[in-house]
Amino acid sequence: MTGREHFRRVLWISIALAVPATLLVVLLLAPNMPPGDHTVQAGHQMDDTTILLGLSTPIAIIVLTWFIYSIIVFRERDHSSVLEGPADRGAANYQIAWIATTATIVLFLAVFGSVSMLQDGSGGGQGPSPIAKPDPPAGQAPLQIQVIAQQWQFTYRFPSYRGVETQHLELPANRLIEFHVTSLDVIHSWWAQQLGVKADANPGFDNVAYVQTKSPFKFDIRCVELCGVWHGYMFDTGTVVSDSDFTSWIAQEEQTYAPILKSLPPYSTTYFPDPQRRGG
Amino acid sequence: MSSIAVPARTTSPWRRLLGFNLFTGILGGIIGFLIGELIGNAIHAKSLNYYSITAGQNDIEILLGYFFGVVGFLGGLGFLNYPIRRLMGHPPTLVEHESEGEGWWRYITLCTDHKVVGIQYLVGIAVFFFVGGLNAMLIRTELLQPNVHVFGANQYLTLVGLHGSMMMGMMTSGVLGPLANYLVPLMIGTRRMAFPRIESFTFWLLMAAGVVLITTIFLGGFQTGWTGYAPLSDQGTAGYDAYIGFFALVGTSMTLLGFNLLVTIITMRAPGMTWSRLPIFVWSVLATAALMMLAAPMLVATLLMAAMDRTSQTAFFIAGNGGSSYLYQNLFWFFGHPEVYIVALPGFGIVLELLPVFARKPLWGYRIAVAGMLGVGILSFFVWQHHLFVSGINADLRPFYMLSTELISLPTGFIFLCAMGTIWQGRLRLTVPMWFCLAWAFNFLWGGISGVFLSSVPSDVTTHGTFFSMAHFHYTIMGGLIFSIFGAIYFWGPKITGYRFNETLARWHFWTLFIAFNSTFGPLFALGFMGMPRRVVTYPTSMQFLNDWVSISAFCIGLSMLIFLWNAVQSWLIVREPAEPNPWGSRSAEWLTTSPPPIYDFERFPVFDSDPYPYGVGPAGEPVVASGD
Amino acid sequence: MTSVTKRLAGVITTAAVVVILIALYIGLYLTNASASVSATQGSGGAQLTLATVAAAALNDSHPTWVSYYAVSPDLKTWKHATTYDLPAHTLVHVTIYQFDSQTGLRNEFLGQATGVTGGKFLLNGKSTSAIDPTTASHVFAIQAFNLSVPLYGIPSSAKNPCSNAPCSMSNDHETIQFSFTTPGPGLYRWQCYVPCAAGFIEGFGGPMQTVGYMDGFIKVV
Repeated sequence: MTGREHFRRVLWISIALAVPATLLVVLLLAPNMPPGDHTVQAGHQMDDTTILLGLSTPIAIIVLTWFIYSIIVFRERDHSSVLEGPADRGAANYQIAWIATTATIVLFLAVFGSVSMLQDGSGGGQGPSPIAKPDPPAGQAPLQIQVIAQQWQFTYRFPSYRGVETQHLELPANRLIEFHVTSLDVIHSWWAQQLGVKADANPGFDNVAYVQTKSPFKFDIRCVELCGVWHGYMFDTGTVVSDSDFTSWIAQEEQTYAPILKSLPPYSTTYFPDPQRRGG
Repeated sequence: MSSIAVPARTTSPWRRLLGFNLFTGILGGIIGFLIGELIGNAIHAKSLNYYSITAGQNDIEILLGYFFGVVGFLGGLGFLNYPIRRLMGHPPTLVEHESEGEGWWRYITLCTDHKVVGIQYLVGIAVFFFVGGLNAMLIRTELLQPNVHVFGANQYLTLVGLHGSMMMGMMTSGVLGPLANYLVPLMIGTRRMAFPRIESFTFWLLMAAGVVLITTIFLGGFQTGWTGYAPLSDQGTAGYDAYIGFFALVGTSMTLLGFNLLVTIITMRAPGMTWSRLPIFVWSVLATAALMMLAAPMLVATLLMAAMDRTSQTAFFIAGNGGSSYLYQNLFWFFGHPEVYIVALPGFGIVLELLPVFARKPLWGYRIAVAGMLGVGILSFFVWQHHLFVSGINADLRPFYMLSTELISLPTGFIFLCAMGTIWQGRLRLTVPMWFCLAWAFNFLWGGISGVFLSSVPSDVTTHGTFFSMAHFHYTIMGGLIFSIFGAIYFWGPKITGYRFNETLARWHFWTLFIAFNSTFGPLFALGFMGMPRRVVTYPTSMQFLNDWVSISAFCIGLSMLIFLWNAVQSWLIVREPAEPNPWGSRSAEWLTTSPPPIYDFERFPVFDSDPYPYGVGPAGEPVVASGD
Repeated sequence: MTSVTKRLAGVITTAAVVVILIALYIGLYLTNASASVSATQGSGGAQLTLATVAAAALNDSHPTWVSYYAVSPDLKTWKHATTYDLPAHTLVHVTIYQFDSQTGLRNEFLGQATGVTGGKFLLNGKSTSAIDPTTASHVFAIQAFNLSVPLYGIPSSAKNPCSNAPCSMSNDHETIQFSFTTPGPGLYRWQCYVPCAAGFIEGFGGPMQTVGYMDGFIKVV
């Protein structure tokens, strides 16, 4: 059998495996993967993951087929003598074809990812001067919420509600939320999984992330940057509720935390609480 | 075979014990440590005193203790002898420590025979590899249940940090230390490295580093993981000083190791060993050495800053006093990213070196493979911000780093191209080293593809900091480097020791490791997507089944390592069945000498007049040998 | 002894040493958990009495570190434990004798108590819901129960502060009392929130990050 015939066999086997596998992955697996599309940004993350899955499945299958086929077909069965294979040191056209194909795939992914990320930030923290600011729906102003990370819990401040601070988070549906994530001590990272937001909390720094909520649902909040002994215990659940529920919740929180409201520092995007050096 | 006369040194055992060796080194280390502590305690500054007293720890004392301890250790081994003699006016001498002592004694002294250093590295790194592996087993034991149940919460984080640090610190030299030191001179046709004393120095420095890291458990451990992020590290107890000491020593060792190899390969190739005839393994060593030399000093500098924050009231990383936590992250990852290519590149080199031997074909696309090695090396300095995509870096930077990170998969792909081309239509002999190379391809495929997921920012927002990223780097580092190292040990082991491995045990080792490895790290991709962050001791109950599956598989990895250990001990220490001079039929230069090679390496140096892979036949069955120009 | 036997003996000895070292590592360092103390059952719920001190006992491994202790209500018995066993679905009354001075809270928000029965706690017998954040010395917070109670610090003008545990009633102290209801069985964690780790950067190192001092577990059984 010539090399050309082997190659055609590998090609057909790869296609026969890759097509159904890619369809299965893209149509069945990808839509059911976390984080789900409860928010616009989470949906875009899923789109990116879907494209990546759709491209990597056939690539993985082709490479694996090549290797497994070679192991089975080109295996030396006669161990009595050591025979040699063809003295093929490589041909430029195959190398150019490979480079061209892989470069195209990689550049496509880079462009797709950049466009997706620049559209609406994809829920990731963009630092204090974000460049991907999605438009809020129906001309509403984005709702600013500050996430304050500390060792070892997250608290939330609402500058448009008298700077009230709360221990748990509820968000209104169908709103553009502008999160300002900061820390009081070490590096943490605020990850609202199903919300599709992940932004590191650095001390003295404001990290902005956007999310566009849709309909009400519950989401998990976890810290994803090692911040000390209770890092694994820094988790919570948050809820997206209807607008009216949110308004009554925040009013309730303002009432509950009225005693401490006067002691809170004025709202700021960064804080430098004492002690900043060694306590003592 | 005639032997070149090498004068044996006849010294009485007592004289040897009192000479410069590991025992005097340990003694020197203890004395140095005590002197360092004394100096550290004597440094009086009223404001600093208050803090060290209330905190109950004196970081200056500990760090100086480590520093003087290491100096004492190295002095006790004899590294200061030659510099002092030169300072006193003695003329320079050629390397004189090669043949001192006999047999196993050479392995616990300052020996400048590159083969001895190679074996020292092999055993030394193996010891610390198993320490790191033990910690991994313990981590997985704790993760059998969703809440803390076996170890304390503090101790768990130290386990995580110890595992990561020990592995990263040791395995960066995992190929260049044992294999490159041993084989590169043989492959390029020279008797020794460019700087033999430095070669031995890097080994003993690394051993001292490993011991320093282990002392962290007496100082309270450290809570930062192997990345040592500030300002969490600034808050840490004295155990973090052991981390600083460890990586400072590892960084120094890496820099000098890379430097030594770089100079050797560039300047000491035999006549006829042109660049285009260099074995691909040596090219990978060259690229890795350059990376080590350029990236490792950054780590040392960064940790010096962290040490100053902890001891001298500086505020490099403390935001409230004008510092920045971003400074640490950027400095660390500027080292950290080339670091992971330092652990990946040698694996590429080993696999591409072995495949031609077992496919009986020349390496397909030699130039492309070299371009791949060098391309990965150069690009590795331009991608580090991908560890910081969601950390709040200036958003303008992200498209650039996304592009550069995506692009680095291109030269990595060249390695796959050459591997695929080499095995195509070959006559594959599925020996144990060959299986490890093929497993490398399988594992690195998943590792590489998951890397592409992580390099795309929207997808990265989903998976950064989760077990998905853990699965990615374990597939590339463990599935890549460790598998290729085992392949290399089975391949070159008979040459280095002169003994054959037990074939059955070797096959058991491979298959249990391969299956257990994939069973352990495959589910981690899913766990990451499901929402399990890294370095957590507690997780939702819904994830317990997968975690238990992963833990049991991890114990199976431990079992396969024990099979290997038993094979090595049995083959090299107990049974000692002599190996054939060239069991694999390799046509590479190192096989043209005895197993093990004599002190002087070759009785006659090979003549390098063809490309390094003279395998393969033409259409009529005639051997085809290229000149390699 | 033939050389094979010698080498075999060497291998076995090395293996034995390694196993012993691993056992010591696990037994002496890794599984060194903090001692635990049970709440005392009484009519009207369970009672847990704790104390917070400026420095642990002189014979402690860290005699300069701040710490929580479990104590008897008359302060005669002191146990250095931060794991507290509580009965499930029970009203628990907690009394904390606070012997340490004021430090202040990094996040002033935690000056208000949450998760306590009635929304208030007793500070030296006076019912209140929040304290001035700059006067806090420690906090007792069980995050999983939404519980967080700030502990008022002794003023700097105090005449007879306690230096090392154990302390007595004659030392200056503040008494904080509160109640909460435990949920179902499980293992939960608690922590302090005040940067009280003197000598450590930001006051959050050392005892603030070590189980057995300013952190611990609640075992609901």
